[in-house]
Amino acid sequence: MASPYIETALCRHGDSLTMSFDVYEIRQQFPILSRTVHNKPLVYLDNAATTQKPQVVIDALVDYYSNYNSNVHRGAHSLADEATRKYEGARDTIAEFIQANNRREVIWTTGTTESINIVAHGLAQMLTCDDQVLVTEMEHHANLVTWQQACKASGASLVIAPIDDDGELIIDQYLALINNNTRLAALPHASNALGSLNPIKELTTEIKKRSDNSALVLIDGAQGIAHSLVNVQEIGCDFYAFSSHKLYGPTGIGVLWGKEQLLESWPVWQTGGEMIAEVTYTDAKWNTLPYRLEAGTPNIAGVIGFGAAVSWYAKLDLKAVLAHEEKVLSYATQLAADFTGLTVIGSAAKKVPVLSFVMDRGHPADIGFILDRQGVAIRTGHHCAEPLMNRLNIPGTARASFALYNTCEEVDALFNALKKVKQMLA
Amino acid sequence: MALPSTNDIIEDLEFFDDWEERYKYIIELGEDMPKLPAPLHTQERLVKGCQSNVWIDAKITEGVFYFEVESDAIIVRGLLALVMAAYDQKTAAQIHAFDIDQYFKALDLEQHISPTRGNGLRAIVAKIQALAASQL
Repeated sequence: MASPYIETALCRHGDSLTMSFDVYEIRQQFPILSRTVHNKPLVYLDNAATTQKPQVVIDALVDYYSNYNSNVHRGAHSLADEATRKYEGARDTIAEFIQANNRREVIWTTGTTESINIVAHGLAQMLTCDDQVLVTEMEHHANLVTWQQACKASGASLVIAPIDDDGELIIDQYLALINNNTRLAALPHASNALGSLNPIKELTTEIKKRSDNSALVLIDGAQGIAHSLVNVQEIGCDFYAFSSHKLYGPTGIGVLWGKEQLLESWPVWQTGGEMIAEVTYTDAKWNTLPYRLEAGTPNIAGVIGFGAAVSWYAKLDLKAVLAHEEKVLSYATQLAADFTGLTVIGSAAKKVPVLSFVMDRGHPADIGFILDRQGVAIRTGHHCAEPLMNRLNIPGTARASFALYNTCEEVDALFNALKKVKQMLA
Repeated sequence: MALPSTNDIIEDLEFFDDWEERYKYIIELGEDMPKLPAPLHTQERLVKGCQSNVWIDAKITEGVFYFEVESDAIIVRGLLALVMAAYDQKTAAQIHAFDIDQYFKALDLEQHISPTRGNGLRAIVAKIQALAASQL
């Protein structure tokens, strides 16, 4: 079907073929992308919530359960050796992918939320009432409620840095909030609701300088990891938290990366098996990194699947991947600008591929429902960022979020489906 | 305008074979339903859904329940009209006896009332059922 938007399109369909990244070839690797919803081809634009999985990841999970399912680190048999090798191999893969100093800095968690909780739980034990924790108005609840509760428990103050109406952090105001009492600054690599991409490297440098190195820096990388080339050493932060399932891996597994000297003495999170060195009835000594922060039998299949996802992803021409995503976003942004009755929420100069919007007529829930009937999957609501929605004076947004496998044809499908929303809710 | 009876709604909806027509009908039912005045959109009347909010005001006169409902979403408002057709101006015994799940199934809309849906519809139904139960 010819696109009515093609004349004004920034995105010439088929461009990707000339680059070292072929979106049509990539799509073949994702079995779910060929299914239908309500008898329409699936147009999956809810990637900021979770990405789909390539066949290699699905195969890795099946291979583990079919061929070497076993507990790690403790069995005296071949299967356990094999499982442990693959499991620890995944740690190496991820350490290398984010340029960690060494593998001991990569802690397996259940996801970004748990990663942040480990840091907040430990920090709460060190905070005093003179201390401040700095967050921003654009936080996901995972990077807000955690610090809010740590401050409540310790008597420290939670300081909220403002954003402007475009959804961009107001840098000079942010920097003015940093002082010698700032114990930790937690900020998102990118906003899940608006897409705004923060200059985390520059901010980290400034946070360290303006706090006389008293402030730790934690980056909530949930929305950043799949849309930028993350090098934790170059960023200079102390902690970087992210989830596997937003990077083409399985759910229920994520990473807390932290500087080794911090993690070495960080208060333990959960206690139990695996994380101990020595136990008596009355006392226990903790294991070394990374195990001291990983209690109990881990999500072995999840780790192996995540390792497979990152191995697969890292082999792509990532610059070309990011350029493709940027192209799809700018095409969608262009179509949105031309669509009467639709307002984009979040127009920061630098964004991850997220297009949040509201319409003159119709609640986001209505938009989501009518799009779903046409096979287009988006997210609607407050996106786990209720204070941000209040700050913007909106009940929520409809959010289309893109991944490397989305095409400009799918953007056309989204806007064709939005015409029906307008027509039905007129 | 008074809402059609639940049986009329079931018959009307059977008549349409495409989803657009069905939902347009539901949207219109919602539009025809009297609005809950804005000053009554209070915290006590609010039932919070993950995706959209609904408000309910309930009165009981001589054993009969009178409800006024509102939603910030157009389709949810239509779905609320379907619920009102079943429950408004009914006694506690009538509300208790009415099989809402069967009704939504007959309408082929059971997905909207499933517990996984974040639109507050299920919560409104539970609230009405609890109100009725307290009067039995």
